[in-house]
Amino acid sequence: MDPAPNPPGVAVSVRDLRLALPLGGDRPNAVDGVSFDLMAGEILCIVGESGSGKSMCAHALMGLLPKAVTVASGSIRLGDTDLLAQDAAGWRDTRGRRIAMVFQEPMTALNPLMRIGDQMAEMFEAHGLLTPPERRARAVALAREVGLPDPEGIVRSYPHQLSGGQRQRAMIAMALALEPAILVADEPTTALDVTTQAQILKLIRDLQRRRNMAVLFITHDFGVVTDIADRVLVLRQGRVVEEGPAAALLGAPREAYTQALLAAVPAMNPPARTPTEGPKTIEVAGLSKTYVTGGGWWRKPRTVAAARDVSFALRRGETLGLVGESGSGKSSVARLVMRLIEPDLGSVRLGDTELTRLNGEALRRARSRIQMVFQDPFASLNPRRTVGQIITDGPVAHGVSLSDARGRAVRLLGLVGLDMRAFERFPHEFSGGQRQRIGIARALALEPEVLVADEAVSALDVSVQAQVLALLEDLKVRFGLSMLFITHDLRVAAQICDRIAVMRRGEIVELKTAADLFANPEHPYTRDLLAAVPGRAREAA
Amino acid sequence: MAGFIAQRLAKGVLVLAAIVVLNFFLIRLAPGDPALVMAGEAGATDEIFVTQLRTKFALDKPLPSQLAAYLGSIATLDLGYSVRQQMPVATLIGERLPATLLLTGCAFLISIVLGVLLGALAAGRAGTLADTAITGLALLFYATPLFWVSLMAIIVFSVRLEWLPSFGFETVGAGYSGFARAADIAQHLVLPALTLGLFFMAVYVRMTRASMLEVSRLDFVKTARAKGLTEGVIQRRHILRNALLPVVTLAGLQAGTLVGGAVLTETVFAWPGIGRLMYDALLQRDYNLLLGVFVVSSAMVLIFNLVTDVVYRMVDPRIEVAR
Repeated sequence: MDPAPNPPGVAVSVRDLRLALPLGGDRPNAVDGVSFDLMAGEILCIVGESGSGKSMCAHALMGLLPKAVTVASGSIRLGDTDLLAQDAAGWRDTRGRRIAMVFQEPMTALNPLMRIGDQMAEMFEAHGLLTPPERRARAVALAREVGLPDPEGIVRSYPHQLSGGQRQRAMIAMALALEPAILVADEPTTALDVTTQAQILKLIRDLQRRRNMAVLFITHDFGVVTDIADRVLVLRQGRVVEEGPAAALLGAPREAYTQALLAAVPAMNPPARTPTEGPKTIEVAGLSKTYVTGGGWWRKPRTVAAARDVSFALRRGETLGLVGESGSGKSSVARLVMRLIEPDLGSVRLGDTELTRLNGEALRRARSRIQMVFQDPFASLNPRRTVGQIITDGPVAHGVSLSDARGRAVRLLGLVGLDMRAFERFPHEFSGGQRQRIGIARALALEPEVLVADEAVSALDVSVQAQVLALLEDLKVRFGLSMLFITHDLRVAAQICDRIAVMRRGEIVELKTAADLFANPEHPYTRDLLAAVPGRAREAA
Repeated sequence: MAGFIAQRLAKGVLVLAAIVVLNFFLIRLAPGDPALVMAGEAGATDEIFVTQLRTKFALDKPLPSQLAAYLGSIATLDLGYSVRQQMPVATLIGERLPATLLLTGCAFLISIVLGVLLGALAAGRAGTLADTAITGLALLFYATPLFWVSLMAIIVFSVRLEWLPSFGFETVGAGYSGFARAADIAQHLVLPALTLGLFFMAVYVRMTRASMLEVSRLDFVKTARAKGLTEGVIQRRHILRNALLPVVTLAGLQAGTLVGGAVLTETVFAWPGIGRLMYDALLQRDYNLLLGVFVVSSAMVLIFNLVTDVVYRMVDPRIEVAR
């Protein structure tokens, strides 16, 4: 071990870090010989796709690696200590006081049974600092510093009473409590809506400047990198691909891999599209749905409008995007269109049939005409059925003979770019992108007229995302499908949609062609959404 | 909160009334005629005597009017008169209830305290020898029939070792009073309370352990570690507290059986409790007494369900108590 302390300006220096995975994995090391310096007062972004080892690097800094992952070699030097050489007590002293961490999921990263203020106070308690009343006072001050509304009230609330953005602010406040020199942020904005994401990114930026902290920021999103990074490190399969100042690396990447990643990021300017003039496949008129929760003998129920007077038409061969933030009602509208939930008011016409009036057998038959591709490629396929069974089940249920269904399934597997041998295998043997292809083949097996894609590419890495989007586009043209494309990602919507409907609180606030929407957003909310999309600076340049 | 409790109590009364009506018809469905049983025990098969018995206890009236009369008396908190024991039902139950509550209450405490403690211990040392020993023991108690454990306990601790009395509530005829009597009852209590408690303890051990292991994988535990908290604080404050939620649910269910759930144990240890009273009443077609026990135990279940919901609301701020 090199006993020399870090040179001035270097907050943390990672040297030749090698993290071993348990035997039998797809590779021996999660992180394989990674070295980098985190400078005081800078934000270093580690970027990579899933499985690149970026999150492992972050956790290694905190000594919070999963039990199965072991440090094979290397050093992490903070001041004059090698973090990897310290004992459990040493780690406890480091965590929170010298290095603090903010996690990805603000929904689950806070203890649901403890008040926010108590969880902040724990930070001081863990290191034996201050008296309980002082800790409470500091918690309020911290809540104020991260811009939480009503700091005195919010420290007494429980996590479930806060929004996602507020919880992440609380997490950041907690991390800053002991004024650590280093903040590790592991995808801190991935689970947030774009407008909230923009606010949190600004908050991290401001706090970092004010306190002159070093921030290690882990993300998969190049838009976020553009907005926040001083320096960038690109990881692939546990190895450093490229490292450099943000402007230089994003402007002129040297390595082919970085170039490919950047090229896969969907652009904000929609490609020119010819308007479709086909017949209307789906016509939705005055659709409303209100959820009522709670309410009892003496209590007023809480109502949430999932859809308010939603009307639109979807033409043959057209892709209509439904975009909005979480809770805007876009998924509810998709479910209403498929009649997976019953509307309170309004009608859905599918071609010449009134879908909202059908029942029993007629509804069951009509269902095959609209099919859905789901968000989560891991949860949406039955793990105990082979891919072949998953694809043929639908047609067989609708009366297609097994041999015909099989033939169709094999053809579809080819069309979505999978090997015929996939037929006999189980979903867990495939990657996320491949599973999404299986999901698409499953939907197409019923020869639908309409494909409803609910955040169908949101869980995928950018490069895979680009491939699946291209596949959807190709299949749409080939089968003359109409597509209802639900997404929170405006970049994705720009690339695949002919027209886009922006939703807020159950209402469509603006509906026009993609090109027009991005060029001339009229509604203030649409403008806010567009302004919040990360990484716009790179495109403007 | 007060509104919620009042509302639940009002609903509880309705549920109780429904239970009474149901039970009333249910026990009338069972074959057997109380008048005939009584006449048989008196050694008489005389038709006139049987008719007299029927008239005396209003068994000759149509069922609906019997029901109306019964509901009316229940509404005034009068549980009726046991024709077999020649005593008011309320008195009979009142005599037996303390013994049962003492037994089941102690068993309840033993099972929860030991169960959660051992479960937490096992979860904290998951995969080690201690963990295997604890879960193995729990499985043993869970899988072994209660009466067998009771009998074995009697053989070992009463017959062989002569440490503890094998049956009864207290030493009959010893004439203890005050402290000495309490000590005597406590000695008698040990074996039945332990055997009854060990079964539920096994359930709590397994549940606490599984629940803690599940919670320990959640994100907020990592957050707690990232603060630099010690492992003990993390286990107690963050993992155990969250893991106790399902245990509370189970404890609520078990609390509901506090009155009527110890028939087996009471029989083996000759414990003078409600369970044996109920069993005897069943064999003797003592309708009023049987219904009385049903009403009291149903009321207990309703009350403990309410208590569970209130406790749940206190330990989990996310819950808006179900209406």
